[in-house]
Amino acid sequence: MPSASYTREIPQRYRLEAGKCSSCGKIYYPPRLVCVCGGRDFETVALSDTGKVVTYTIIRVGPSDFVEEVPYGLGIVEVDGGVRLMAQLVDVPLDDIKTGMPVRLEFRKIYQEGEAGIICYGHKAVPA
Amino acid sequence: MRDVAIIGVGANPKWGELWGRSLRDIFVEAALAAMDDAGVDRIDSMYVGCMSSGLFAGQEHIGSLLADYLGQRHLPATRIETACASGGVAVKMAALEVASGHADVVLAGGVEKMTDVGGADATYALGTAADAEYECYHGATFPGLYAMIARAHMDRYGTTAEMLAQVAVKNHDNGALNPMAQYPFKITAERVLNSIMIADPLHILDCSPITDGAAAAVLCPLETAKKLTKKQPVKVAGFGQATDAIQLAQREDMTWLESTAQAAARAYEMAGVEAKDIDLFEVHDCFTIAELVVMESLGLVGKGEGGKATLEGRTARDGDIPVNASGGLKSKGHPVGATGVAQVMEVVKQLRGEAGDRQIKDAKRGLTQNMGGSGGSSVVHILEVA
Repeated sequence: MPSASYTREIPQRYRLEAGKCSSCGKIYYPPRLVCVCGGRDFETVALSDTGKVVTYTIIRVGPSDFVEEVPYGLGIVEVDGGVRLMAQLVDVPLDDIKTGMPVRLEFRKIYQEGEAGIICYGHKAVPA
Repeated sequence: MRDVAIIGVGANPKWGELWGRSLRDIFVEAALAAMDDAGVDRIDSMYVGCMSSGLFAGQEHIGSLLADYLGQRHLPATRIETACASGGVAVKMAALEVASGHADVVLAGGVEKMTDVGGADATYALGTAADAEYECYHGATFPGLYAMIARAHMDRYGTTAEMLAQVAVKNHDNGALNPMAQYPFKITAERVLNSIMIADPLHILDCSPITDGAAAAVLCPLETAKKLTKKQPVKVAGFGQATDAIQLAQREDMTWLESTAQAAARAYEMAGVEAKDIDLFEVHDCFTIAELVVMESLGLVGKGEGGKATLEGRTARDGDIPVNASGGLKSKGHPVGATGVAQVMEVVKQLRGEAGDRQIKDAKRGLTQNMGGSGGSSVVHILEVA
């Protein structure tokens, strides 16, 4: 994750900012420039930080930036209001992760990038 | 638009870890095999499906490179990239160019040289077919994404790990009869279920392998096909391509592949046929769960019924809907950019009656479905005896 792209994603990653279409009300995370309805005006809204797990897995063979982390839970969380996003599932025994589990999104370190070890932040899901 | 035929197919003879062969070697082997099969020594244009020669082999601009190494310098040659669906889309682009009348003899190739890098780099390269910023950023892998599809399918429809394992068992049964297969041996469900877990509920034997391989097909107008070759011409009766959100979280339904359903609808309409009119299917079983969801999205079985149909033997070579007689990606191997072309090659061989011990009896019409990412791209072809 080069620093320029990391920096411009900060509103989404740190504050869960999403775009709500002014025409039809559909919410996009991350924000977009045009809605499926054709609308191009969006209001910035913050996602709820609570929701539930809709599907999940336990990653046992990880990509290079995560090899030290395995095994870890990874799931799709549907936050209150219906928007879905991917997040690691942490602070819970792996065997206890279940579909439908209520979770809260917490601001956490996600990984250290590259040889310089730049710390990349975002949200992880913990049991609510 | 002109009707289009496939008059030649070929691949490098054995897929697998080909440390002694380069990307250009395996592509040229496949292309020459297809041209020899067609009985042509020149082509007018070429498309090459390749997902990531840049990350796997440090080489871009391979359309021109491979045309030159094929002895066809100055040929118009274009690389196609739609992740793991690149090969299938290369076939579609070749068919369109022939149909349009812009060229007469067009080669559609696919290639991926995946073992010049180590496992972590290969995982990274494959991961770029997912959403780098909102999936890979959180530690997602491809087995992980399909595992989440599997979990959702299990939760909704009661699909079991045994059903998934049977997909691998069946495809290895078929691949054991395919001389080009990377893993041409049988396995048991017990062995699948006891293999190491990669991303729950997917074991390593639920996953297709990392493969070096290439495949090619030669296309020309149907009306000239019989003049160019003595072999049975195969008509490209229909094709379709569609996309979806590449991010799994943004799909309407994680247990359904809308890109596959829409690509298939277009292909069925163009060919004037339905799923029940088709004798065999080559589909994108990058993971065992993928085969089940693809079968459902193509309309071969109802939603949630893929696992049951597999356990009942309906998708075996002697079943009523034979799926992946070639061994599929699971046993034959999955050199990502080549896979879609190799699916077409298998159907052509089956329709010509050249599939040897894995021949499907009286096959007259076959379908291929090739998919990119976790379903963000799909391309479907329907081929029939001309």
